[in-house]
Amino acid sequence: MGAAGEALVSAAAATAFAAGCATCHDCGLLGRLPAHGAHGARCARCGAALHVRKPRSIERTWALVIAATLCYVPANVLPVMTVTSLGQVQSDTIMSGVIYFLTHGMWPLAVIVFTASIFVPVLKLVMLSFLLISVQRGSNWRPAERTRMYRITETIGRWSMVDIFAISILVALVRLGNLATIEAGIGAVFFGAVVVSTMLAAEAFDPRLIWDRCETRNS
Amino acid sequence: MHRLGDVPEGDTARCGRCGGVLRRHPRNGLERTLALAMAAAVLFVVANSFPFLAFEMKGRVTETTLVSGAVDLYQQDKPELAVLVLLTIVLAPLCQIALLLYVLVPLRWNKVPWQLPDAFRLLRHVQPWSMMEVFMIGILVALVKLMGMANIVPGLALWSFVLLMLVLTGAIACFEPEAVWERLEKRS
Repeated sequence: MGAAGEALVSAAAATAFAAGCATCHDCGLLGRLPAHGAHGARCARCGAALHVRKPRSIERTWALVIAATLCYVPANVLPVMTVTSLGQVQSDTIMSGVIYFLTHGMWPLAVIVFTASIFVPVLKLVMLSFLLISVQRGSNWRPAERTRMYRITETIGRWSMVDIFAISILVALVRLGNLATIEAGIGAVFFGAVVVSTMLAAEAFDPRLIWDRCETRNS
Repeated sequence: MHRLGDVPEGDTARCGRCGGVLRRHPRNGLERTLALAMAAAVLFVVANSFPFLAFEMKGRVTETTLVSGAVDLYQQDKPELAVLVLLTIVLAPLCQIALLLYVLVPLRWNKVPWQLPDAFRLLRHVQPWSMMEVFMIGILVALVKLMGMANIVPGLALWSFVLLMLVLTGAIACFEPEAVWERLEKRS
């Protein structure tokens, strides 16, 4: 689908919220909310609970962002993998894995691992915190750019799993008894927790909150 | 709030405010999805029943399957990681294939699948956890680490896993739940 083939729908002035309606989070059908309040309303087509916005989005996103930040420290300090080869034991952290690739002249892989395991989680946490703070302060600064920022956090999170997958393959392949074995370390567990909680945080955030504050300011 | 007319075939309707996709209309979307989902089901079985990678060092060979990584992590007292790996490369893709077939096969014979909304809900929530393409990069990283240390032989399951990733991505890209709702509304 090329850019030329994309039909841009003309922007309607009114939002569903202002018209007393809400879109179903599951099937996308627009439903009218009962006059006495949104509580207990259900989608006419698929039966999901109707909400104007994701319920308690800011609180839930903050909780997950904080949890991920706390796990990020042990994930980087503790070993993610221990190699035992002919009686020699060597522990690897995420950063030492990157340095190993760099010193062996495999810089493209060093870049991939650094980006996926170190840069992406930090970027995601910084962007989500920035979005949360800007929404809470009622900022109306560049909503379109902030929405794009949200979409980026949604798409890049999964790529942090690269290291976990690499460890799972190494663990399964290298099990030669006394000759060489590889074991997953506790750092990998914390790292998995970082990936899962940042993914859940991106899912919990409702990007329409960015636009709500802009509309209340303008009117 | 947008008023949507008919979106022409092959086009995408976007939000006038933030540019997000509102509705896509891929050509023969549902038929294509069904065909690709059926191919994916076959490839999934092959990818899970044949050797994935073999590792040869000083005459000793270790053979692995797709799930061995998860099994070994479990045996090393890392059940959280085992569950995460199993979910993202086996269970989530399986769930996607099963749900697509569950929705589209009855629809082909003009029947409404039981609990259709729940099937859509599950499909939407499972999607972010299916990470086959990320796993491919993980394989690359692991193989480069072992390079020079030993011989690594790719198995049949590895090739079908690569195909499965492509086919399933295609099936999901062609699938538009709104098209199913439209077809059901026309029927009644």
